[in-house]
Amino acid sequence: MSDWLEATFAQHRPRAIAALTRIFRDIDAAEEAFADACGKALTAWTNDGAPREPMAWLLTTARNAGRDRLRKSKRQAEILSRHTEEFQPVPAETPDPNEMRDDVLRLLFICCHPELDRRDQIAIALRVVVGLSVEEIASGFLVKPKTMEQRITRAKKKIASSPVAFKTPSPAERGTRLGEVSLMIYLMFSEGWSTSAGPEQMRLPLCEEAIRLARLLVALFPAMGEQVALLALLLLQHSRRGARLDTTGRLVALDDQDRSLWIRAEIAEATALLQKAERIGHRGVYVIQAAIAAAHARASSPAETDWALIESHYAALYALQPTPVVRLNQIAAQAKLYGPHHALQTMEELADDLSNYRWFHAMRGGLLQETGDHKTAIAAFETVLTLYPTTPECIAVKDKIAASEKELRSL
Amino acid sequence: MIYAITIYGEAGVFEALPKERQDEIMLGHGALQDALKGRGEFVSMKLMPPTSAVMVEPAKNDSAAPLITDGPFADTKENFLGFYAADFKDLDEALEYAKMISSPVARLEVRPVAWAGGSISSE
Repeated sequence: MSDWLEATFAQHRPRAIAALTRIFRDIDAAEEAFADACGKALTAWTNDGAPREPMAWLLTTARNAGRDRLRKSKRQAEILSRHTEEFQPVPAETPDPNEMRDDVLRLLFICCHPELDRRDQIAIALRVVVGLSVEEIASGFLVKPKTMEQRITRAKKKIASSPVAFKTPSPAERGTRLGEVSLMIYLMFSEGWSTSAGPEQMRLPLCEEAIRLARLLVALFPAMGEQVALLALLLLQHSRRGARLDTTGRLVALDDQDRSLWIRAEIAEATALLQKAERIGHRGVYVIQAAIAAAHARASSPAETDWALIESHYAALYALQPTPVVRLNQIAAQAKLYGPHHALQTMEELADDLSNYRWFHAMRGGLLQETGDHKTAIAAFETVLTLYPTTPECIAVKDKIAASEKELRSL
Repeated sequence: MIYAITIYGEAGVFEALPKERQDEIMLGHGALQDALKGRGEFVSMKLMPPTSAVMVEPAKNDSAAPLITDGPFADTKENFLGFYAADFKDLDEALEYAKMISSPVARLEVRPVAWAGGSISSE
């Protein structure tokens, strides 16, 4: 019984905390009030069954509980002075969806405080919005719970002083907030998908929470193509999780993955979402990246990949986001079209910018292998090993060095 | 009589359950599918999340085209999640089968349906 109650609370938490933060102007007060309401729901719903509108029930109960709690607390004067009219008992009512979506966006945006580093923004969002425990977040970031506790406490202090306005945002403000929050969700997924370093390649719980938040954004802003595409992009990446590592824990390159392990239902949903995003029209960075991921997902074998299409998507992405990493990906697609010599020559322009980027050297090594220059290839792969690869990447690179050494011996 | 067993629930709650509970629920669906397969034809469909939907709203007037919008704001109420349909002897039999997928995350409705044609298969 309590499992599904927990799941129901988790589902409602982001919206509820967001609305309560607006009401109380205080995240701690919002969290306490929501916890009170969940406690009351445990008894009430177990005895009488869940109400038909659990969200309205939780919100009203939390609002009244929060009000009672504040009356008794020392912070009462301080918080009451910020906002007085909310502190009357309120009847159960269905929350206004328009207000709700700005509430959730605001709460996520508060977590993206510019003075917090990205990982702390992600951690605080996981704690406050998603409601993960400090232990769960610590294991997501591979740090000790104590360390994470301190980081979250510090981050919370910072966001408590956040100067975010509580009035309804203007369309421009809403756009800025959506952009910031989408980037945070994207980076949360990336953090889980490609660990910066360490023994593990993926931490799937981070990926799953990022997808949940991306879903929430789409539910609240169904007409925003970029947010719809972000969800599609994350689902497409995530659908490949079972094929990314082999049974010995080795990282498997896209071309070598067993595509039957890609999860078709997720690809289907993402494809529908991407089509919807493309209908909306605006081709932003997430629409383009999702289109690239979809092109890979459509190909039932590497040979069937439409590299010309992918190359043109990367060219479009580079026009919006002229970074060396995007350019490198474009060159990787060009290598499939025009061969390794052309790509090796073109990628020289990035050699300085990406000298510390291990994927630059890994790609260079692979292309050199294709040209038969195994000696230089080995040097490139050895550079990868100095740039802190994860353990699964390390094994894959060592395999490639061994393959090139074998080629050299056989000459 | 063909009965539809339609499933309503809050989108996302199933996904938020611990893996063991999800497996338990899916076990019920597996059993129902096997039982239905054993006794004849049936169809079942799981609706993808409402976020992937596009709405076709009625035209404003006779000369206008239907309006296509980017989907409903997903509210926090129950959603239509999916359904089974098969030919059952009577309501009691349909209810017996429906019980196999009863769980706290879903409300089931058993309703007679009239066959309206077509056929579909997937992969």
